[in-house]
Amino acid sequence: MDFNDSSEEAAFRSQARDWLAAHAPAHELTPGEKISDTEEADRGRAWMRALYEGGWSGLTFPKALGGRGLSGAEAVIFAEEEGKYHLPKGPFTSIGTGMALPVIAKHGTDAQRARFIEATLKGDLTWCQLFSEPAAGSDLAALRTKAVRADDGSGDWIVNGQKVWSSWAHLTDWGILVVRTDPTLPKHKGLTFFVVDMKTPGIETRPIRQISGASEFNETFLTDVRIPDANRIGAEGEGWACCMTVLMGERLGSGAHRSGIGPLLDYAAATPDGHGGTMLDDRAVRQQLAEALAEEQGERFFQARLRTMVSKGENPGALAGMVKLAYAGRYQKTNGLALELRGLAGIAPEAGDTATGDVQYDYIYSTVMRIAGGADEVLRNQIAERVLGMPGEVRMDKDVPFETLKG
Amino acid sequence: MNFDLSDEQKMLGEQARSLLADMSSFDRLRTLIDSGAEWDEPLWRALADMGFLGAAIPEEHGGLGLGALDLGVIMEALGAANAAVPFMSSIILGAEAIRLAGSEAQKAAWLPKLASGEAVATFAYTEGPGPVFATGASLAGGRLSGSKSPVADAGIADIAVVLVAGGSFALVELDQPGVTRTKLDSFDQLRPHYRLDFAGAVAEAMLGAGKLDRLIDHAAVLAAFEAVGASEACLRMARDYAMERQMFGRPLAGYQAIKHKLADVAVATELARSNAYYGGWAAESSPDDLPAAAAAARLSGIKCFELAARENLQVHGGIGYTFEANCHFYYRRERMLAVHLGNRGFWADRLLDAQRGSQAKAA
Repeated sequence: MDFNDSSEEAAFRSQARDWLAAHAPAHELTPGEKISDTEEADRGRAWMRALYEGGWSGLTFPKALGGRGLSGAEAVIFAEEEGKYHLPKGPFTSIGTGMALPVIAKHGTDAQRARFIEATLKGDLTWCQLFSEPAAGSDLAALRTKAVRADDGSGDWIVNGQKVWSSWAHLTDWGILVVRTDPTLPKHKGLTFFVVDMKTPGIETRPIRQISGASEFNETFLTDVRIPDANRIGAEGEGWACCMTVLMGERLGSGAHRSGIGPLLDYAAATPDGHGGTMLDDRAVRQQLAEALAEEQGERFFQARLRTMVSKGENPGALAGMVKLAYAGRYQKTNGLALELRGLAGIAPEAGDTATGDVQYDYIYSTVMRIAGGADEVLRNQIAERVLGMPGEVRMDKDVPFETLKG
Repeated sequence: MNFDLSDEQKMLGEQARSLLADMSSFDRLRTLIDSGAEWDEPLWRALADMGFLGAAIPEEHGGLGLGALDLGVIMEALGAANAAVPFMSSIILGAEAIRLAGSEAQKAAWLPKLASGEAVATFAYTEGPGPVFATGASLAGGRLSGSKSPVADAGIADIAVVLVAGGSFALVELDQPGVTRTKLDSFDQLRPHYRLDFAGAVAEAMLGAGKLDRLIDHAAVLAAFEAVGASEACLRMARDYAMERQMFGRPLAGYQAIKHKLADVAVATELARSNAYYGGWAAESSPDDLPAAAAAARLSGIKCFELAARENLQVHGGIGYTFEANCHFYYRRERMLAVHLGNRGFWADRLLDAQRGSQAKAA
């Protein structure tokens, strides 16, 4: 066992570090600076371009497809080093590289690969995900947006329906879209996968007013949207397999964290307890934060175990879901605790108390972490079924035509 | 990075599990309880013969000179079997204390005997409710006075390493007139505890006060391995029972209430295992990281075993409350492991102190 980098890994880390030191600072966002979504997305594209030009794009992507063909371990090292800078990264960059490209690479045609892969790696094309619907979230295959062939003999598809939770759909160029093309088949079998230019007539995105006050998610309405058959990814009816490719990327990618226990320890230590000490002296607070910190460290070392498995060619499978399941619950619980430390001053802080603002935002946003990218309940089912070998859920809808289901 | 046990370590764990499967069945544990046995002596002899007792004792003193991760896989197997042997007392604490703080003569006198199983040691650190690591006992002029209680495995131990005033250790042979051993009623029926009273008992000073932190950090990592092994055993037992048991026309294991409960146990166990691995690695290769790593491992070990022991019995339903079912062994041992070497409050403080210290150093 060795927790440290091997000599090859250390050499790779040092190259990454040198390159980042030379190029990342110019792209960094200033903490606290308010910039528009449009500017943030544009700066995201510029960083993608810089990565591409520096040879740091598509690290784990096959060389034949324009990537570097490196191992997952090297990608993690680069992400660790890149994470030391406050760079403009978000769904507008990660949906393209982490979801659209894997599905195009695996299920697409050569023409589609040539058209989309390099352009995406360069930051010329950004992507959103048109998957969830108002009545299809964790049960994604219940989706109702439908596509039928145009009756003009063009082979084009005409799409109608509504998608939701499409991050940054208002500012991205293309979308990955899954729709129902045959409602007479059972739910998983009648789905087909497309890529769609978000400027196509009939696509309307409306920002969702979220509980955080922000609006990075959208509802996307598709009304008689015409998609050429050349933008179908995989065969008709292969949509679910494409979704699985995408969601694998999502599950492995959702381990990235924006905040940990360290800042909450600082927050507690900066909060007077009314008896001459700080809230970090409080027995109950210490206990809860220490337990959370122990769990956070365990999760870090668990990820190291998963990386080792991947590097040995083993597939962690549903084990990977443990990371997000543990993180999301802890994120909510600990920020909830932090919001109690200052009493009402945590609810209505004085102007300038930005630390409390961060805690408030994290407490609100933690609800997203528990739902998106595999809800807690879905992950627990997966762990029970795939890690522990317990029986699958009873399903009433599996082998019946979709159109006969109640909706 | 290669964050996995070596093939040799995995094989060592396999050997330990196999020996325990042969010798330490649940029926065997029931027999030991019913006969009022102090320990499973034949199992101890077998562990000695296989070289497990001497695994981490230096070769010059009759051991194999292996490290914390090797001890870890043995502890994991012992935890899984809920074995009735004083491995924590004699090897992880007693032998390690002598290795860390013993004189050359003390090491030469005792380590070979502890490695061969000819002698058993224990570590006497607490003095009733109050501080975990109490220093009311004192050593003066080669005479030990005061009391330690409870002390695990003191009925069968030949020697005790005793924490005394000033935070240093004294080495005392227990079979002498100045020592009175009084058996206590132990909640963990397979881990007897004693009160030790020292009335001017002949004892030797040990070297190097200030070894306590290192001793208990190392032991905390190994306690985490033990807890992980026990949690995993509870998880498997609960899963297997739920797969077998039919409820309302289908296996109990098919209900989400059961699946989600056991998924949470699995997550807690894997996180604790990861902390235990890192703690073992830090003990061997990165001593500066050991204090935080040990405290994190200890806390997450307590947490996972607590959850696993309780939910295992719960999943079994009424049968779990019977002596014939096997849940109770873990349910009792869990409480003992949760408080020995300091409870979670003690280790929470150590984790935050280590963490804040390292934050301050980095700043």
